[in-house]
Amino acid sequence: MSNNYLDIIRPGINTTFQDKGRDHLYHIGIPFSGAMDNRNYLIANKLVNNNLDSAVIEFAYQGPHIKYSGEKINFAVTGDVIFLIKKKDTEIEGKCYESYQIENGDEINIISTNKSVYGYLALGGEFDLKFQWNSCSINTKANIGSNDGKKLDVGQRINLKKINSNKDIKKTNYINTKIENIRVIKGTNFDYFSEEGKKIFYEKEFTVSKLSDRMGMRLEGPKIDNIVNTNIKSEGLIKGVIQVPADGNPIIMLSDHGTIGGYPKIGVVASVDYDRLVQMSPGSKIKFKEINLSDAETLFKLYEMETQNLLLQI
Amino acid sequence: MIKNISNLGDAALYCDFGNEVNKSINLQVIKYFKTIKEKKFEGINNLTPSYNKLIISYDLKKTNFKEVKNYVENINAEDSIDINSKKLEIPVCCHENFSMDIKRLEEILKLSREKILENFLNKEYFCYMTGFIAGMPFLGDLDENMRAQRLETPRVKVPKGSVALTEQFANIYTFESPGGWNILGNTPLDVFDSSKEDKPNLINPGDAVVFKEITLDQYKNYNEQ
Repeated sequence: MSNNYLDIIRPGINTTFQDKGRDHLYHIGIPFSGAMDNRNYLIANKLVNNNLDSAVIEFAYQGPHIKYSGEKINFAVTGDVIFLIKKKDTEIEGKCYESYQIENGDEINIISTNKSVYGYLALGGEFDLKFQWNSCSINTKANIGSNDGKKLDVGQRINLKKINSNKDIKKTNYINTKIENIRVIKGTNFDYFSEEGKKIFYEKEFTVSKLSDRMGMRLEGPKIDNIVNTNIKSEGLIKGVIQVPADGNPIIMLSDHGTIGGYPKIGVVASVDYDRLVQMSPGSKIKFKEINLSDAETLFKLYEMETQNLLLQI
Repeated sequence: MIKNISNLGDAALYCDFGNEVNKSINLQVIKYFKTIKEKKFEGINNLTPSYNKLIISYDLKKTNFKEVKNYVENINAEDSIDINSKKLEIPVCCHENFSMDIKRLEEILKLSREKILENFLNKEYFCYMTGFIAGMPFLGDLDENMRAQRLETPRVKVPKGSVALTEQFANIYTFESPGGWNILGNTPLDVFDSSKEDKPNLINPGDAVVFKEITLDQYKNYNEQ
């Protein structure tokens, strides 16, 4: 029995453990998984003096309400999140990108994300979790990862096997920037679409549908007309691929996507914009902007340098 | 041979082996897949072989399109790489409890239930690829007179273990999942087992699979022995 643990009073809507994800498994049908918004995942770990690849609790929209029991420990929340910290007689509103210390009996109540989708809760220590293929990331579709591959549930107890001795309080001034245009690289079936369809793709606005989850983001808007074939022979997918099925509404593959698919690929989201893409909540407007491969590579390098600088400053 | 290499986004190579779907092209894909997988090139984090394509995704923090393309272009996959294929028998129960689309198949194929089963069972199929959902094998080729299109409206939930057909292929649903294939029966066998980390898939690309019919009683008792 561990002396340090969390009890889940309310699990939230889609609350899972996530880490850096798992690779080398696409060929057997297992996707990457891992934290959807990688930058916010890394910052959360850094704020509580964890290794950067430690597991965190990821939540979507409404987060968990938990009660902590055990020795003093630090925690931090990242994203654009509203949450409360309850200690004995007081309840305060917490701020993202700051670490706090909690002790036996304290509660963290993550009310909701604010005009975004995912938030992260990191605790300064290590959860006691099952690893599969070097990752504890939960994939609820294939029941892979920690917690038997299932979302966190009410009444569950989660043990910590280790608590960080470094309990320095940390803070950073990071602000999640909203993005107006999602940059995309032309897909391998771009020429399956009519001239009008291609124009619509790059010039019109699409709306993020409610039917979006860790597997994919469905978009609604003007239909994109296919003039060649609405099916292709099934082939591999990667995250960020934008497929257009026969109904003309694009679907963007996200971290838990099916590993192969048979719809034509009109484009692929540039890696630099992935973290911000996944944060677009239902109802948000998306516009796509074409970018070439070499610009996409350069922009990702800059984004990665920025992430490393942010982490160094914490 | 790879006919063309292009980029799929900024973090993957799209290796095109042509448009046809046949065993010899697929074996080429599998050879490249196995060769690259064994060499463990720094930065490549996933390989997805399919009928006639190989997608190689990489970590953009460690490498880039130019490097990976150059590497793949200089690989010799013609060497006698061991495909290491197995022959497997898969029990399938085609009782009416399971064969949810038999009536539809009878109508489309203009064949009786008995004839459909006779055409399908006891024949050797080749595993082209696995994926979509974890461990799902894509097996072919079905006889010419056994080829039906997908359901117009896919099912929201296809039961785990369903054996289903579409066009020249058969597959097995390793999990309950949405799907639009024509369901012919169900296997009690666990085709995917995530607790076996080194070999979670029973069926792998290059393997040969034969479906053997079992009765409803045999099905029910299958996992109790």
